[in-house]
Amino acid sequence: MDNSANSQHHLVNDPPENVAEEPQENYLNEGKGLMSWLTTTDHKRIGILYLLTITFFFCIAAFAAAIMRADLTTPQGDLVISETYNKLFTVHGVLMIWFFLVPSIPTVLGNFLVPLMLGAKDVAFPRLNLASWYVFVAAGVFTLYAMVAGGVDTGWTFYTPYSSTYSNGHVISMAMGIFIAGFSSIFTGVNFIATIHKMRAPGLTWMRLPLFIWSLYATSIVIVLATPVLAISMFLVMVERLFGVGIFDPALGGDPLLFQHLFWFYSHPAVYIMILPGFGAISEIIATFSRHRVYGYSVVAFSSLSIAVLGFLVWGHHMFVSSQSVYAGLVFSLLSFLVAVPSAIKVFNWSVTMILGRVQFTTPLLYAVGFLGLFTIGGLTGLFLATLAVDVHVHDTYFVVAHFHYIMVGGMVMGYLGGLHLWWPKITGRMYHEWWGRIGATLIFIGFNLTFFPQFILGYLGMPRRYHTYPPEFQFLNVVSTAGATILGLGYLLPFIYLIVSLKKGKKAPDNPWRATGLEWTTSSPPPKHNFEQTPTVNEEAYAYKD
Amino acid sequence: MLSHFPQFLLAQTDADAPALRFWPERASDMAGHVDAVFIGLMVMSALIVLLLLVLLGYALFNYKRDDRGLGLWIAKSRWKLETTWSVIPFLVFLGLFAIGAKLYIDSYDPTEEGREINVVGRQWMWQIYHPEGKMEHDQLHIPVGEPITLVLSSEDVIHSFYVPAFRVKRDVVPGKYVRLTFTANKTGRFHFFCAEYCGTNHSQMDGWVTVMEPEAYAEWLQQDMSGQDHLTLAERGREIFHAQGCSGCHEPDSTVHAPRLAGVAGSRIALQDGGFVTADSGYLRDSILLPGKDIVAGFQNVMPSYQGQIDEGQIAALIAYLQSLDSEDSDVSTR
Repeated sequence: MDNSANSQHHLVNDPPENVAEEPQENYLNEGKGLMSWLTTTDHKRIGILYLLTITFFFCIAAFAAAIMRADLTTPQGDLVISETYNKLFTVHGVLMIWFFLVPSIPTVLGNFLVPLMLGAKDVAFPRLNLASWYVFVAAGVFTLYAMVAGGVDTGWTFYTPYSSTYSNGHVISMAMGIFIAGFSSIFTGVNFIATIHKMRAPGLTWMRLPLFIWSLYATSIVIVLATPVLAISMFLVMVERLFGVGIFDPALGGDPLLFQHLFWFYSHPAVYIMILPGFGAISEIIATFSRHRVYGYSVVAFSSLSIAVLGFLVWGHHMFVSSQSVYAGLVFSLLSFLVAVPSAIKVFNWSVTMILGRVQFTTPLLYAVGFLGLFTIGGLTGLFLATLAVDVHVHDTYFVVAHFHYIMVGGMVMGYLGGLHLWWPKITGRMYHEWWGRIGATLIFIGFNLTFFPQFILGYLGMPRRYHTYPPEFQFLNVVSTAGATILGLGYLLPFIYLIVSLKKGKKAPDNPWRATGLEWTTSSPPPKHNFEQTPTVNEEAYAYKD
Repeated sequence: MLSHFPQFLLAQTDADAPALRFWPERASDMAGHVDAVFIGLMVMSALIVLLLLVLLGYALFNYKRDDRGLGLWIAKSRWKLETTWSVIPFLVFLGLFAIGAKLYIDSYDPTEEGREINVVGRQWMWQIYHPEGKMEHDQLHIPVGEPITLVLSSEDVIHSFYVPAFRVKRDVVPGKYVRLTFTANKTGRFHFFCAEYCGTNHSQMDGWVTVMEPEAYAEWLQQDMSGQDHLTLAERGREIFHAQGCSGCHEPDSTVHAPRLAGVAGSRIALQDGGFVTADSGYLRDSILLPGKDIVAGFQNVMPSYQGQIDEGQIAALIAYLQSLDSEDSDVSTR
């Protein structure tokens, strides 16, 4: 405890006016009652609405995963029947992808921070911003209805003709939920693009933008261009299912591979929709706690853009064994290797930034270091999968499951949690408990590796994914994985508890507890309704750390 | 559910129980190549992770702000460094691409195919048709050391035929034939799985490949034919050809103007629209199920579709029959 006080002292630079007794006017107390929240157009409040909503979906999806991991401790799967198991992994995938990972950083941290970082009063279209949340909730209602009405067992990928003809579940309403959720994403993307183009404070040129803004800008472009294709593919599945129009089912004259092309044309860029905002948060954390400008700022910024562009050209690597042409396979393999280059560049730049700076061990920094390790393993195993002959063996096995969890959970969720901790004092005006924070970050790192590393081995051994039962020789590694998941679950529970506790018991946060650069730290914690007393002017580059 | 855990511990001493494995069995020519590439990738990954650990270790435990020495050098050589860590990975990736691509082409587009065996996937079983007439399900017997080409088709949704010990897998897409060629180099029993999610009992859609010495395989083909009709696949196809009424139009003395089929398989066919097509098994299959797709020059599309009338096994038999005919065959001669 003393240590935490010390390190606080070390980090905290509280100007006296911020410890005033009177609670100052801020966005949290400027309006009271539920209606003031449900009708707000304040980007900060909308960010909070999103935070609550996606946390709710995360909990359901995590619960589904917990049942699956428990079930997989025995080869014959004794806890649930196969049908239930298949519905569980569908709900886990659908909710985690479209109702947690895709919206997580953009709609929570992005909504909160984009105007603050730009020195603006709000996003370009505040009412569209609120509409996006309502659309998101409507999408969630359809999806939850599908879940409680009896479930869907197609997997989050909705492969045809299974989803369009053979499955008995509530495919239509779940597809409808995803279709609608896409509009919510697009609203947010459009809003960010307009805001970043038009609402930057005087002096805040493109090359002075925080890297978080660059990464959200790249993300928004991908969202706006790719999401319509998801809507098309979901729409066509619904049409084939409802009216028997032959689009994907060969028995009706359709082509099953057409669906895979459409689906992955969205869903591979969606990987970058999920991970790019994570990159942004990591850049901010590393700069803040290394007290140093991000090394190769322009390279890091433009690597986000090149990932956004190249990300559109690699969808076929999900189809190496699907009987697409061998030559298409070659092209997609080569492009998949290329998209790995900008990611590698980022990792090296971040590492060197930390070498040049003076690193402070804080909770967000631990998340960032965890991110670097896990994302690197996820990225390297992505190279295994881009290597055609190796992919033929490990495709659709647990190797793939482990790989994308290293990227999505090891990368994205670590970035999200790190960012949430970094900006928690700004969002809530309270400090969380530093030591519990460090313990939580460490537990998540250990639990994550214990859960997912054994799955690489399982995959190379040949255990296919989406298997409710499995041959007994795979049991040992499955038991290890489930044990790891228990630790991981505990790790996630900790921030959930101490962050809520901090709202009541946390120390009052000063305006700039980390002595960070960036406009969001120049206003009070929590910020006033219109963010700044007067429009700030910027006359230096981002991350101008002097000490 | 956890009550099974102690049993699992006991099972380690059970002679029948499979050993705890950390590396899959290697039983095909491809397996050794894939493993070599995989090990190469692991070594490369380990080196990169080690490099990252060194960098992070240095960063985390170097409390002083480093403006001289290494720090100064790094700050000064920015473009040198950026170029280095862009170009080196790029070149390594090109090499990896080439190696993986070479093996992929060898596996998926082989210069030579082998003994054809028809494999039909349906929810949730695998039906296997040997050309010699033997049928089996969820079991596949093959000879060792001889290239095998599986002709894969699906009755319903997408399945995927996967033999981990051979390091081969291919999706079985309904509506077409997919071919998978491999050579087993070790006798024994090896698990195969359905790897593409296909519905409720997806995880029970597995089976065993039994790799046998060629003599034992020849013997096996003749054994246990009781319950089966003792016909080869082609002979069974001939029966279907007559039973389904194909012969009514396609036989030489038919009054219907329909193409004669002897010698058609494998030949080059002129189409009504001026194009040409080679009559491979995929074309023959389409001609039965979608007769209007590619009409032979000089003919009208008067044939009804057999979609839903016959199953994948019967189609395989019909095609085997057509492939068994040469152009001199009196049965359905070209005249």
